[in-house]
Amino acid sequence: MADPIDLDHVTSLEREAQSRYAHRALVCSSTACLSAGAAGVRAALESDLEASDRSSDVQVVASGCPGLCSRGPLVRVETRGLEPTLYEHVDDEAASTIAQQHLIEGRERAEVSSIEPSLPFYAKQVKVVLRNAGLIDPDRLEDYVAAGGYRALSNALRTMTPEQVIDEVDASGLRGRGGAGYPTARKWRLLHDAVAAPDQPKYVIANGDEGDPGAYMDRTIMDSDPHLVLEGLSLAAYATGASKGYLYVRAEYPLAIERLERAIRSAKRAKLLGRSVLGSDFAFDVEVRVGAGAFVCGEETALMASIEGRRGLPELRPPYPTERGLWNQPTMINNVETLANIPAIVGDGAAAFAAIGTPESRGTKVFALAGSLENTGLIEVPMGISLREIVFDMGGGIPDGRTFKAAQTGGPSGGCIPEQFLDSPVDYEHLQQLGSMMGSGGLVVMDDSVSMPEVARFYMEFCRDESCGKCAPCRVGTVKMFDFLDRICRGDGRPRDLWHLESLCKTVRATSLCGLGQSAPNPVFSTLDHFRDEYLALLREESLAAPAPAGVVDADSLPTWGDDA
Amino acid sequence: MSLTPPRPGGPRPNVPVILDGEEVLAFDGETILDLARRLGSPIPTLCYLDGLSVHGGCRLCVVEVNGDNRLPLACATPVSSEMDIRTDTSSLRDHRRRVIELLFAEGNHICASCVSSGACELQDLAAENDVDHIHYALEFPRIDVDATHPKYVLDRERCVLCTRCVRVCDEVEGAHVWDIAQRGSQSTLVAELGKPWGDATSCTWCGKCVLVCPTGALSFKGRSTGEMRHDPDVIAFLARLRDEGEWIDREEPAP
Repeated sequence: MADPIDLDHVTSLEREAQSRYAHRALVCSSTACLSAGAAGVRAALESDLEASDRSSDVQVVASGCPGLCSRGPLVRVETRGLEPTLYEHVDDEAASTIAQQHLIEGRERAEVSSIEPSLPFYAKQVKVVLRNAGLIDPDRLEDYVAAGGYRALSNALRTMTPEQVIDEVDASGLRGRGGAGYPTARKWRLLHDAVAAPDQPKYVIANGDEGDPGAYMDRTIMDSDPHLVLEGLSLAAYATGASKGYLYVRAEYPLAIERLERAIRSAKRAKLLGRSVLGSDFAFDVEVRVGAGAFVCGEETALMASIEGRRGLPELRPPYPTERGLWNQPTMINNVETLANIPAIVGDGAAAFAAIGTPESRGTKVFALAGSLENTGLIEVPMGISLREIVFDMGGGIPDGRTFKAAQTGGPSGGCIPEQFLDSPVDYEHLQQLGSMMGSGGLVVMDDSVSMPEVARFYMEFCRDESCGKCAPCRVGTVKMFDFLDRICRGDGRPRDLWHLESLCKTVRATSLCGLGQSAPNPVFSTLDHFRDEYLALLREESLAAPAPAGVVDADSLPTWGDDA
Repeated sequence: MSLTPPRPGGPRPNVPVILDGEEVLAFDGETILDLARRLGSPIPTLCYLDGLSVHGGCRLCVVEVNGDNRLPLACATPVSSEMDIRTDTSSLRDHRRRVIELLFAEGNHICASCVSSGACELQDLAAENDVDHIHYALEFPRIDVDATHPKYVLDRERCVLCTRCVRVCDEVEGAHVWDIAQRGSQSTLVAELGKPWGDATSCTWCGKCVLVCPTGALSFKGRSTGEMRHDPDVIAFLARLRDEGEWIDREEPAP
């Protein structure tokens, strides 16, 4: 049997290997840049270098995501003794120019447009989770180790008890990044104190079933830095006494799945996973499980049913997974981004992490910027930053001379935040007060051309299509709420439709079984709160004024049930 | 569950709770639903059935409990000491009425032409909860009736997806013929992963699913409107026998 990996040795070998190159060219090979042609860019770079005699001077790396997706494909060139350059919109032709001018001729910068590091999109970021994204090759364990990876796990195994690891996470103030914001350490303690049946393992699960429209934080974390997620999951398992882990990833993320599986294989070879992790008594095994395209499987009980091979339906809680979870054993489910924070907290100490953010919401949050913005892509910001800074400084404002109308956070469970609240800080409590929620981190910006009832209709259509059908209010209620919204948007709505829509929203929110149904009305509530005039303007005018023809009873004049509580 | 009533001499109720304003004693571990039923306070249910696992899908038995900002299910929530439970507030009544209306809007629940009219829990729920009008557009689903089984009929247009049949077949009969396929509004009851019921070889013809179905979705063959068979010709036959003296015993023993 081979010895476990020697982290320091691998790091020095890796540094030495890199020092032999004059340039390191990192071609973003994450999902967005690949779909914009990054594979061709890398091939062009490599063939041009092959054709010259300088190919041994340049290390070409398929890297993770540097974040500014709307300007991709992105190529970062690190040249010894110089600030790195991040080239934007690199096509095959630009790749040849970079190869010729920067890498072969050794000019300081090729004549290809590049992004200044002072751009607020980058300058305002604080990177904890994304600290390696775009800087390493996600497929090479050695790259991750050379960037400081697996040190936290190795230190914890040697010098910390599981309880100390939990205390450290507790002191950091980390809260769940899946959206609800439950204190992570509290969940860990529950699993730590839970006892499995004899000869049965306790389980930890990384929830990578990200499904909100416009959200791709977890995808990027997984396909840009898969070992970070693995290390976080391993630390969670060590702290809680779990010996089996699952990475649950939706099937729509083939690249993340491929890279996670490769990461697991190389971690096993290096004894970072297995019966004796890094030579210690800690045994931990991990498997990837692929979802089958159901949004509801992001809900933890449905997710576990899916892993067990059953229909992905949510179940009643309690019992909570930490009491009775996967195959009836105690189980803990953490979001991918939550776990990706763990190596930094355990490795660098809770204090450094807790120094970022606000007292109630510590640390950073990754957001996927989408919609009407100059700059769309992935950012990591300290909690408490204002929406205005995100939208106008980092996002670069609204393009095409249009004006800002609303920012949607929290996906189909969230809400729309209008202009007047742009200065409120982004943290769990404030977003909830505004009728939205942190959610997993999707942030869609809408300009003045967008109709808010249509936005509500879009999200309701999503919930209708994704409802699992187990409980009646969500299964039928989302269909009916969509019908009312559709009628209103088509200009066919009457005042009573709006009344029925609101009353039905209250019932579906109050009576649905799981979070999908309970939060499905949120986009309607928040657009009604902030943009009710738009709904009223769409209602049929004659229905507001015209008397009913003789002999016909106007349904609006009929008594209805009392007001809702 | 309440299938086993408290035995005389067994444990006495000793958990103090407030049920609709009255201080009462509950058994340890008793659900809110069992308590309310034992004390004669009706909470509407549809998917719940004594003897089967708890499904929690119809959401009709939601109640209000002080200190809980959600609405717990009476069928799935055990009482705890000092719980203040309200089972019949105006907002609960509104929620229940709307959910019942949604169920009516989802299927084709035309009582006048239904085999189960008068023996239908959905019909009863509507009457008991003052549902006299459906405020939501009816879906009018068009799904073929599965009459392939020799003894029973499945009419999916009347199914409320309560899964009582699924659970009784799995948990009591042990056959697991039934399950739900598809999701959301496309959810549909299927036999043996989608076969016609008559081809489902795992069906034991026990009929438990028909017995527990709260609506007319599952029924015994031959009982529905239109299946009545008259036979007036038999009278002519009988009259002929009478005229020909067929009832006279010809084998009369000789005197």
